[in-house]
Amino acid sequence: MRYLPLTDGDRTSMLAEIGVDSIDDLYADVPPSVRLDGLIDLPLHQGELEVERAMKQLAAKNLEAGAAPFFVGAGAYRHHIPAAVDHLIQRSEFLTAYTPYQPEISQGTLQCLFEYQTQVALLTGTEVANASMYDGSTACAEAVLMARRVTRRKNVVVSGGLHPHYREVTKTTLRFTEGKLTPCPPAPDGVEDLAGLIDGETACVVVQTPDLFGNIRDLQPLAAAAQAAGALLIAVFTEAMSLGALMPPGEMGADIVVGEGQSFGNGLNFGGPNLGLFATRQLYQRQMPGRLCGETVDADGRRGYVLTLSTREQHIRREKATSNICTNAGLCALAFCIHMALLGEDGLKRIAQLNHKAAIDLAGKLQPVPGVEVLNKTYFNEFTIRVDGRADRIVESMAGQGVLGGVPLSRLCPDREELADLILVAATECTTDLEMDQLAAALGKAVAS
Amino acid sequence: MNRQGRPTAPGLQAQGANESFNTHTGHRGLEHEEPVIFEQGAEGRCGVDLPDPGAFEDCLGGLNRHNEIGLPGLSEPQVIRHFVRLSRKNYAIDLGIYPLGSCTMKHNPRLNEVIARLPGFANVHPLQPVSTVQGALEVIDMVAHWLRALTGMPGIAMSPKAGAHGELCGLMAIRAALEDRGDARQKVLVPESAHGTNPATAALCGYRVEAIPANVRGRVDLGILRERLDETVAAVMVTNPNTCGLFEDEVIEIAEATHAAGAFFYCDGANFNAIVGRVRPGDLGVDAMHINLHKTFSTPHGGGGPGAGPVVFAKELAPYAALPHVNAVDGDYTLIEHQAPAAEESKSFGRLTAFHGQMGMFVRTLTYMLSHGADGLCKVAEDAVLGANYLLARLKDVMPPSFDGPCMHEALFDDRFLIGTDVTTLDFSKALIDEGFHPMTMYFPLVVHGALLIEPTETESRDSLDEFVVALRGLVADAQSGNTARFAGAPYLSPRRRLDETAAARAPVLRWSPPATPEAAE
Ligand SMILES: Cc1ncc(COP(=O)(O)O)c(C=O)c1O
Repeated sequence: MRYLPLTDGDRTSMLAEIGVDSIDDLYADVPPSVRLDGLIDLPLHQGELEVERAMKQLAAKNLEAGAAPFFVGAGAYRHHIPAAVDHLIQRSEFLTAYTPYQPEISQGTLQCLFEYQTQVALLTGTEVANASMYDGSTACAEAVLMARRVTRRKNVVVSGGLHPHYREVTKTTLRFTEGKLTPCPPAPDGVEDLAGLIDGETACVVVQTPDLFGNIRDLQPLAAAAQAAGALLIAVFTEAMSLGALMPPGEMGADIVVGEGQSFGNGLNFGGPNLGLFATRQLYQRQMPGRLCGETVDADGRRGYVLTLSTREQHIRREKATSNICTNAGLCALAFCIHMALLGEDGLKRIAQLNHKAAIDLAGKLQPVPGVEVLNKTYFNEFTIRVDGRADRIVESMAGQGVLGGVPLSRLCPDREELADLILVAATECTTDLEMDQLAAALGKAVAS
Repeated sequence: MNRQGRPTAPGLQAQGANESFNTHTGHRGLEHEEPVIFEQGAEGRCGVDLPDPGAFEDCLGGLNRHNEIGLPGLSEPQVIRHFVRLSRKNYAIDLGIYPLGSCTMKHNPRLNEVIARLPGFANVHPLQPVSTVQGALEVIDMVAHWLRALTGMPGIAMSPKAGAHGELCGLMAIRAALEDRGDARQKVLVPESAHGTNPATAALCGYRVEAIPANVRGRVDLGILRERLDETVAAVMVTNPNTCGLFEDEVIEIAEATHAAGAFFYCDGANFNAIVGRVRPGDLGVDAMHINLHKTFSTPHGGGGPGAGPVVFAKELAPYAALPHVNAVDGDYTLIEHQAPAAEESKSFGRLTAFHGQMGMFVRTLTYMLSHGADGLCKVAEDAVLGANYLLARLKDVMPPSFDGPCMHEALFDDRFLIGTDVTTLDFSKALIDEGFHPMTMYFPLVVHGALLIEPTETESRDSLDEFVVALRGLVADAQSGNTARFAGAPYLSPRRRLDETAAARAPVLRWSPPATPEAAE
């Protein structure tokens, strides 16, 4: 077995050193009735060549995004990842390190986290960010829990434009706690009266921009309404790239900003792992969930970094911790940090413009297709179309034509018949004019048939 | 000199030179001081080449970004150099034994990394039509099959993102099942030795937490557990093998007592590495257990994550598992993403994350499983246990173990051997850094004083274990002979000396800010 360094000779002499006859003696504490005498019924070990062959066969059964005109988004986005990113995150010292509990020999990871936290704060227009959550949806749920701690209130108002997975994860997370969650129905035009639902018991309002349907929301009036009522505004995004073009949520008055950071440095990976961004006001930093990296000095007075404010965390506070999170999305945060470093101010703004422009071009090509209507007045790199017919069948029919043409809303909201003719369509810097034409053609054909 | 020709006396010469002069740059040979990236940028520089989008009318509804973001501009070579320099300030399993107890820092096979990057896995979207992702669903189904077979448990939820998330999944299923029978209950019993995530998770699930003390043998005190078990207890949460590195030898009695009280038995499977292929938790009476794929199944820890924490379930809990799940019928895979309102058999408590779980980790895990096979996984457990017991045997005359008898995959010591030496557990562990090692887990579990928990894993060679023993025995001798100067304030030979954590927490600086300009200061 290529991963096991001990030889049979080593095993024999080590057992002798321990003073037992066989490995079974070391399992003496296992009740005899539950010791297995034979191997479990699974295949035996294989060499690299055989395993690689088997895994490649599985991979070949998937249609990968690069092999088809591709317009799928709704919370995970295809972007070009510069070659340097994957090279760097595969450095042994990053890839095979644990959480930086020993700062003296973890300054690499820690300084990267410090830079990452700074980038996230800058991008979201907030003061402080944590060192990552599992993904945007769990970051959203954690933000709600934090808002409850901060306000000491229980109720939560949720926009209908919040990604349904995020809404469901939040609902699940709150399921066994007190308080009421009031979700608005999804509104494809992005119009809803959230401010009207806030009252003296409201801990927070959760709103996404760009929203599920791609509409860009002005959070300023809502922030003012929430603040006036003593509630917090939680702003959510599922496409971090949008922050390169849009007024950041923190600047619009959001108290907590959370979202999915996969678009920077991280591939699609069939939806995991991803990267939860979490940022807020400095005032609330001691209520944040998750790890925080902070600057300090060492015994020689040199600048260095440590995990800090850990008295919020489970390993110290146990049942009183702000969250149960332990392992987070460290390497995904590093990938984000490297991609952001490569882009810089100019690159980030430009790539965001390229994404927006691609979506505008795409909308221009889809609008004339008979039986297709672009619904959005505002959008970043994703918008909603209404089609003549059932969206799920049309998307399936396009897949049959070799085009991955978007996400039918019914995939996310199967119980909403009124959304059954809507498709979310995303374009990024990766999308070519030719692919847009192929989508228009496939869509036209699918709608007509 | 030792037998590899390395000097073993502390490099006095080198140390002397180190202290004797300052360099002009602040760098010290190959050890570079590296400023934060925000201190290196220049306007107009960029590490990617992107086409000019040209002028166009936007559709942002007037909500454009107006202010500068504040990101530095760097070229690719600068970015590479920055992160490579930083990487060299990290310890890593690829550099040496990483004996963090409870963390299972084993070798991360590189084949797994290659396979995870195949475009057919890495470049597939979670919401593509299911007909175009049959291979991805098959991977999830195969990993699920292996995990069910290895644990002897019929149900599974694949979506949890890490161990703690798996705990939440398990406890939520338990609570949903209890509520379904009209019996929500109020509390969860957790041994004192448990990892912090266990009580934190129970609280998140709306339960009160009650600690169960350990007995003198480092196991759950069965007598006390029996006393505390009543109709208010929803679940007992036990780690097995436990965080003292011991198999809970009364686990069957624990399960029986738990079930007799109408409660469920949750097992924290973080330490599954010790028993994989040799013992099936399902045979012990476990009702739900998470498995940290980033521990037992070798997916890299990545400096803190990502991980994955699938949960296996006994039959009674299986219908309550988190959504989504994969169904396989004659090689045709479907994905159940929503609760079918009428479906009696599914009573899922809901969704725990967007999409379908940590696919990137599943691919690595399956690659690891196929590489090892049933026979190799059994050897993994055996060699892990052998390595830990070997360390125990080689150390016990100078570092008395906290509990008698063989250990499982990790060995627990306490600070008795340091009594009267002026050296604390912390100092002792930090001195290991100067010897070229990552310290063991310290001050955990909480059931012994000044805990030192050592988990070597099966991927350490005997030479590596022996070298670690030499270091530990040498340090014990130093501490006990009054040669304690090297402990106070250790480490001395690392990229940074001990860091001021108190100052960091008192006035937290969580982000970089530009230095105040002279004008601003006026
Ligand atoms: C015993 C034990 N339980 C639970 C956890 C939490 O797992 P994770 O970090 O994957 O959330 C850990 C690991 O850190 C552990 O060692």
